[in-house]
Amino acid sequence: MKRPLEGILVLEFCQFMAGPSAGLKLADMGARVIKIERPVHGEGGRQIALKNIFYDGSGIVFHTANRNKESFAADLKNPEDLAIVKKLIGQADVMTHNFRPGVMEKIGLDYETAKALNPKLIYATVTGYGTTGPWVGKPGQDLLAQSISGLNHLTGDCNDTPTPMALAISDMYCGTHLTQGILAALVKRGKTGRGSWVEVSLLESTLDLQFEVLTTWLNSGKQKPQRAKQGAAHAFLKAPYGVYETKNGHLVLGISNIVELAGLLGNDKLGKFTTPEQCFNERDEIMDILRQQFITNTTEHWLGILEPAGVWCSQVMGFKELTSHEAFKTLRFMQDITMKDGSCFTTVRCPIRFNNERLFSAKGAPRVGEDNDKIKQEFNL
Amino acid sequence: MKPLQDILVIDFSQYLSGPAASLKLADMGARVIKVEQPNGGDPCRDLLMANVRLDGTSSMFSAINRNKESIVVDLKNADEKARIMQLIAKADVLIQNFRPGVPERLGIDYESVKAINPGIVYGTISGYSIEGPWAKRPGQDLLVQAVSGVTLLSGNANKGPVPLGIAVADLMAGAHLVQGILAGLVQKSITGEGCKVSVNMLESMLDLQFEAVTLFHNDGGQPVQRTASNNAQPFLGAPYGVYQTADGFMALAMGSVTKLGELIGCKTLTEYADPASWFTSRDVLKQALADHLKTNSTAHWLSILEPADFWCAEVMDWDTLIEHDGFKVIEMLQDVTTNSGFTYQTTRCPIRFDGKTLTSPVGFPKMGEHTVSVFNEFLN
Repeated sequence: MKRPLEGILVLEFCQFMAGPSAGLKLADMGARVIKIERPVHGEGGRQIALKNIFYDGSGIVFHTANRNKESFAADLKNPEDLAIVKKLIGQADVMTHNFRPGVMEKIGLDYETAKALNPKLIYATVTGYGTTGPWVGKPGQDLLAQSISGLNHLTGDCNDTPTPMALAISDMYCGTHLTQGILAALVKRGKTGRGSWVEVSLLESTLDLQFEVLTTWLNSGKQKPQRAKQGAAHAFLKAPYGVYETKNGHLVLGISNIVELAGLLGNDKLGKFTTPEQCFNERDEIMDILRQQFITNTTEHWLGILEPAGVWCSQVMGFKELTSHEAFKTLRFMQDITMKDGSCFTTVRCPIRFNNERLFSAKGAPRVGEDNDKIKQEFNL
Repeated sequence: MKPLQDILVIDFSQYLSGPAASLKLADMGARVIKVEQPNGGDPCRDLLMANVRLDGTSSMFSAINRNKESIVVDLKNADEKARIMQLIAKADVLIQNFRPGVPERLGIDYESVKAINPGIVYGTISGYSIEGPWAKRPGQDLLVQAVSGVTLLSGNANKGPVPLGIAVADLMAGAHLVQGILAGLVQKSITGEGCKVSVNMLESMLDLQFEAVTLFHNDGGQPVQRTASNNAQPFLGAPYGVYQTADGFMALAMGSVTKLGELIGCKTLTEYADPASWFTSRDVLKQALADHLKTNSTAHWLSILEPADFWCAEVMDWDTLIEHDGFKVIEMLQDVTTNSGFTYQTTRCPIRFDGKTLTSPVGFPKMGEHTVSVFNEFLN
């Protein structure tokens, strides 16, 4: 099938997660993405180990974020290599990097230089905390950005210590903003013929993730976020929003009308709670009463009562339950990827569909410099 | 000039996922016209956070729908339907997040829209895709989180499920929709062709968890094992986590356990020379670290670790953060004002173009505030 970004050439000078996750989306939507990596060891993300699983010499995180790309090895401190890379930049549509502020200036591939080489270029950068101020030198790492941004005070129960989201949310959300900025700049280029400079940072993206709650907090006297006593799911939402243990598992209740819920469950103790104000102010008490009831029977029993009545509720699943469910199989969300050494692994495909078609790409992540010869020939370098 | 200037977006979506997507398009310069149905409009107007209303409207709605216009259209009324179809014929983008079947009933499904505007980029968000046993389930954030496996990643091993405390399923799906729509616009600028872009919240949540989902499919389906204490990522070894100090909390990212032990004078850590043990013995290591870090202040530990370039940070709350120079220099906040003169503070778009931030002083619209002006402008 034809993909929307066919014909777009992206040079990725990024490592680790935020930048490469953006490159992956562009690649899956049809762009050609070439990673520019230092010779031999390649980008730093190759050595990150999750559960010590490696394929073809690189960690599983690297393989998931860098499939469907090519690799061109170049030592940017070597004038000869740098000259070759500059010729490549002259022919590219997009370049991305996530070096700490100042590094590309020193190498001689800063925005002004790149723009002079190619006025139509979209030059996109990721930093941890912007390019000025006291945090410029601070490592732009996911957990650190989460911790600084206030996010840790929103997950978990009120007596828990600050609880990070246990996945790379800052990296991933920032990666979506990088992709958005690049694509918007390409739309503009289609009209003006001119390139742009796009900048995102982990901190700004993590604050954007909190835009609703920050807006609420900023305009209502800056009251500290209050997580629920137990089963908390959102510090700013009223009862019964949260997680409840049942006899054989857990269920969640979304935004629900407490009076209707009391009727459906035949729960007299909930009868005194009738107003939205009570559901905010007496959230823990309401959740306690529900907790006492839900533990007395199975998840299926409760969903059997609540779902037909249109109450927003669900069982809680782990990957095992989910992936064996028909609903998951219908998605056809997984795909097999084959690496250069013939090893194979299963990972997710692009979550965006075009004209009802799924975007699969079986190409594995490249070895460092795997495509040097081909690229040199093709681009006359 | 903002990058999406002159792009016209007609947005039928409600609540958060779709409207968050159109907010990004608006902030990047698109003109977003929000279409609301009579009888209350977008239900998000009355969905309250912490019981806060701004100028009579939910703070959540106020944050999501600033920088947009609002028109009220009764799609079941033939005249009004005809008018909105004329507007759609002139649009670049349409967004909707109705449940499967509803757009067909309303006559704004892709095929109907494409017939009058072949170049349109048509974006839709569903909860769990429009096929399969969950197609008609409510696509509500917490419900999607619950089935996606994500609630078993955060918090410590002895906790039950811990949802992410932000509507991340909505926001990731919205972020993916923006990408798909913009890719569609790039294609349109080259070939003139439009397209349909579909995302669903479940796939977006699984994409967010691509590390965990990929591991599960390649390690024999092992259950996720959170650490006993200080969990921040169930697949990484010590020291990765958040730790209490004598006066607050600090975060430690990946790094050498032995080097860390030497820097802070924690003897137990220095005894684990084999990097593989930082994963296999992480519960013991994290506990030793937790006990040790409690003995002194956050500032003390950072003053040792930062100069050594060990990845660490103070855990801040918003009060601390917004007073910090590191926050002030990024100029993340802006004041916006509604047409009735009500001013409130919110965040700005996180993407910068050509060295400049993107801001807009326009607050959220009253329901139907622009019905007359929009139709006068476009249909006369």
